[in-house]
Amino acid sequence: MSVSKIERIDFGILSPTVIKSMATVRIVTSELYDADGYPVDGGVMDPRLGVADPGIRCRTCNGTIGECPGHFGYLELAKPVIHILYTKIIYNLLKVTCRKCGRIMVKEKVNINNIPRDQIKKCPFCGEIQKKITFVKPYTFYEEKEELNPLEIRERFEKIPDGDLSKVEFNGGRPEWLILTIFPIPPVTVRPSITLETGERSEDDLTHKLVDIVRINQSLKENIDIGAPEFILTDLWELLQYHIATYFDNELTGVPQARHRSGRPLKGIVQRLKAKEGRIRNNLLGKRVNFSSRTVISPDPRISINEVGVPEVVANELTIPESVTTLNIKRIKELILNGRVNYVTRPDKRKIKVTEDNKEEIVKNIGVGWSVDRKLEDGDIVLFNRQPSLHRVSIMAHRVKVMPYRTFRLNPSVCPPYNADFDGDEMNLHALQSEEAQTEASMLMEVKHNIISPRFGGPLVGLDLDQISGIYLLTKKGVVFTKEEAAQLLGSANIDIELPDKEKITGKELVSLLIPKGVNIEFKTNYCKECDERCTKEKCKHDAWVKIVNGELKTGTLDSSAVGAFKGKMINEIKRVASEDELKDFIDNLGRLGIAYLMQRGFSISIADLDLSKDILEKAQREVEKGERNVLKLIEEYNKGALEIIPGMTPESSLETHILSTLARVLNNVSQLVAENIRYSDIVVMADSGAKGSNINTTQMAACVGSETIMGKRIQRGYYMRTLPHFKRGDLSAKAHGFVARGFKKGLTPFEFFWNLMNGREGLMDKSLRTRKSGYMQRRFMNSLQDLRVHYDLTVRDSNNNIIQFVAGEDGIDPTKSDWGELGWINYIRGV
Amino acid sequence: MELPLKIVKEVEEYIKNNKIDKKRAEKIWERVREAYSNAVYDPEEPIGVVTAQSLSEPATQMTMRTYHFAGTAGIQVTLGLPRLIEIFDAKKEPETPSMTIYLKKDYQTKEKAMRIAEDIKEIKLKDLVISTTIDLINMTITCKLDMNKLRRYNIKPEELAKKIKLKNLEITTKEDRLIAVSTKEDVINLHKLKFRMLESHIKGVKGVTHVILSKNEKGEWVITTLGSNLKKVFDIEGVDATRTYTNNIFEVYEVLGIEAARNVIIREAMKTIEEQGLGVDVRYVSLLADLMTVTGKIRGIGRYGIAGNKDSVLARAAFEETKKHIINASVKGAKDPLKGPIENIILNQVIPLGTGAFKLVGRIGKKGK
Repeated sequence: MSVSKIERIDFGILSPTVIKSMATVRIVTSELYDADGYPVDGGVMDPRLGVADPGIRCRTCNGTIGECPGHFGYLELAKPVIHILYTKIIYNLLKVTCRKCGRIMVKEKVNINNIPRDQIKKCPFCGEIQKKITFVKPYTFYEEKEELNPLEIRERFEKIPDGDLSKVEFNGGRPEWLILTIFPIPPVTVRPSITLETGERSEDDLTHKLVDIVRINQSLKENIDIGAPEFILTDLWELLQYHIATYFDNELTGVPQARHRSGRPLKGIVQRLKAKEGRIRNNLLGKRVNFSSRTVISPDPRISINEVGVPEVVANELTIPESVTTLNIKRIKELILNGRVNYVTRPDKRKIKVTEDNKEEIVKNIGVGWSVDRKLEDGDIVLFNRQPSLHRVSIMAHRVKVMPYRTFRLNPSVCPPYNADFDGDEMNLHALQSEEAQTEASMLMEVKHNIISPRFGGPLVGLDLDQISGIYLLTKKGVVFTKEEAAQLLGSANIDIELPDKEKITGKELVSLLIPKGVNIEFKTNYCKECDERCTKEKCKHDAWVKIVNGELKTGTLDSSAVGAFKGKMINEIKRVASEDELKDFIDNLGRLGIAYLMQRGFSISIADLDLSKDILEKAQREVEKGERNVLKLIEEYNKGALEIIPGMTPESSLETHILSTLARVLNNVSQLVAENIRYSDIVVMADSGAKGSNINTTQMAACVGSETIMGKRIQRGYYMRTLPHFKRGDLSAKAHGFVARGFKKGLTPFEFFWNLMNGREGLMDKSLRTRKSGYMQRRFMNSLQDLRVHYDLTVRDSNNNIIQFVAGEDGIDPTKSDWGELGWINYIRGV
Repeated sequence: MELPLKIVKEVEEYIKNNKIDKKRAEKIWERVREAYSNAVYDPEEPIGVVTAQSLSEPATQMTMRTYHFAGTAGIQVTLGLPRLIEIFDAKKEPETPSMTIYLKKDYQTKEKAMRIAEDIKEIKLKDLVISTTIDLINMTITCKLDMNKLRRYNIKPEELAKKIKLKNLEITTKEDRLIAVSTKEDVINLHKLKFRMLESHIKGVKGVTHVILSKNEKGEWVITTLGSNLKKVFDIEGVDATRTYTNNIFEVYEVLGIEAARNVIIREAMKTIEEQGLGVDVRYVSLLADLMTVTGKIRGIGRYGIAGNKDSVLARAAFEETKKHIINASVKGAKDPLKGPIENIILNQVIPLGTGAFKLVGRIGKKGK
């Protein structure tokens, strides 16, 4: 198939001759349809202007609805009219044009939008004294006190010599063309009418406007012909000018909007193109597509990260075209017989729907040169997307796995790049329609190629939540299995791997089986207690030092800093030494193993896990009371004027800062108390492993929530000098300004509940505000940077070949291929 | 591909420190070079799009209006998303301009540093006044001066009168009173005049409203300010101009030039992003900073900056102000060579980036040459 490519677009102004020559119809009447409902010849719905209804052929080109592009008509205006969109240009041009000789009076080249402020007094060519031109919005021009009508302006512009135009960078045509004499009537395909259910026709806004224009034009012409008095003509001329102006732009300042019968403002041509709902952004930059599907997502840790579970309903609806060749003809025939093909296309491009009745016949006829639209099957490559698509990993390619039920299934490990969860999120799926697209997707877009984030050079795909908890528990010291137990575990995780011939197998050894050979890495984990003693590394008593030698986990308990998304150090290392497929298998297997172990062990939390012994609770209580007392002390000092004032702050804000830090210290002390004394339970496991939650969350549940803040300050808003009417005016104490002294388990007092709620509401407001702000920022970034690319010489250039950077990113290293933005060369010279 | 200087230096140091012989060193170099060539950008990588995504994706996670105390000092600076937008918009004046002033070695005592700090802080008349009264009958404004403060700043009341330069105002002093008589019989403007008088600059560096003296981690005296005026501060004796820093990008551009401004953009943006605990590779920030400064002037992103000055008419029209761009293009007779991605998406053509950038076409099915 040969496709011609548009190489360039030239912009310019249409001349009356061109308008006439590209038109097929001269419009003479404002009537649309005759009594029988047929379009009138010479009206704005003339059938020669193109077809907008199915089943009719165009009277000009004989094409049907899809084929006929539409044809222009033209209208001869009785009197010339100013093109409203060019008023500023006309004004500026009038100011620099000599009123007598028509020369452009500027000495140096200027931009027509930016001419010298002071009008030139005397023409340097003919010496004529110039008069002051004024422009009264929307479309009237005066020379001194006298009005300049479009006819006069046009005459003036006609005198401008061609050579002078480049002086004001006017190269798009002749300036007199800015005054319309011949008015183009757009094809009906541009403004199709809709037939309502009642059989009534509803015309497009532009058609309504065109009818007005033609009608006024007719009556102006008739009035001129009968020699009507001047004031009638000026009124009609003005009216024609109004209609033509609002046809182009119906949001002009100072011009009343043209309205539909219902009172809705009509859409002018500018409104059609402009802004988010306009043609460019809504229809040209973003398009609706076929072969796509959308449904709710749900997790399935047993499928690969590279796969997506597609419901049968979807798989039977979406199709992928496949050409019949000698290699696949047998398979395709089987597919047709099994009802896995929806359509076949003959070599002459005719499409035939495959039905129960004709499938045998089709199989008989089919041969090389045909192609079929085959239903989705396992292993097909599709694009999977979740909005908002903030970065490129929001759209990735997955392999299809057809599954029962009605949701898309995905491995929880791929949630982070999509930022997806399963609380009702929906995602989109696109079936790729050409071999080229499929190849590109499989080589660039598959999940396994996008594990490392281009943003920070770390993993985006990694274990999440329970998967981390499971692996953490499994690799803890003292987890030992018999050979049978180990086999049982691997079996339930669906991992097919040779077990070492040993009686007892530790959890670490089990995980080591999955790590590819050649992996060498040592690091401190997330739950490192930061002990005061010098770090003993491998000999850490908390087992917080991970050491992997040649793919064998020697010491350390794996947590989110080892295998988690965003943080997992091991993932980068595996990617460095092993293939992408091996890394994919590692994440798949490890995730399944984690969950399998968790299921076998059992994992559950309870309110009782948050129980603290009586004396600890009392200690915490005392800590809180001490904090409250300290706050009162601060207030007292403040009242006496003895408060230590922070430089650059008023006494009031110093007090607030002091109070806030006092209360923060309270929470900190309590949380330390909780951390030291809470019973070891699965809540602690989650926090320690980095799966979910932290010590702060535990503290807030078990003991004390702390001070709630709004805009970084204690809660201040409410009534005059107080937050709620239950407090005394001027009460600055902790409990009157948002301090929550209890934990969620014990329950909050009504005040505390209210403080907590205020904080929650602020979060919601902040979120919605932020989404809008950052969305607009992204749009601006995208438009500024869209054309930059890296060339072969590693320079970054824009689409005009201007060099922006001599070496991309200053060192040419692609963060996607780096280790957290570093080359990490030290890892490559091991063993040299 | 030649190795970047930073890596060359690292490797050289490694070889020197570990006393590696020549033969092994050669092998190491080979390995490093191989690792580097594998990590380099692929040609035709759409780095701009990735940059835009990498910078704005974390922005959705940023907090909006959280003020934070810069260090132990009490200076509040804008942070988070508003600050990031401010930087990339190239706003002429940041919401909270702030300087970090380092001092020369000879001035590293508390007294000397304090004196410099006091010299820098701007003193306005209102800072020295206890109360002000307006006498509408005699058209006079009387200010009661805080003599303690005057003594502390070493200003004589007579000098004060000379410092205030306002039209239509005759100023005299009488003991601890500053009396200003309006020469114009204009009651309405007397109030305005009062405010303008109180705002008069007396001493210090214009624009610096707060100064805070503190010791940094190295035990060095450092002055942090709210308000920025780099040029004036450089002239003050004892200030180490080589290290003194401001977060006002335009000021750096005017005083130190475009290269310095570029570095400030990178530094400020990275600081803002990292403070929120988000990770973005420096390479992206540096690319955007380069794009903003490549013309020799600072251009913001957006309508009046980079996006509004693209060469392509269609790209500009697709962004904002569609009408304006299309009308101007038609008058100028502009030509759009359709070299960028947006233009080609509009026309439903393959974009000239990534795999779409290649023009090589294979001849399939034809045998022979």
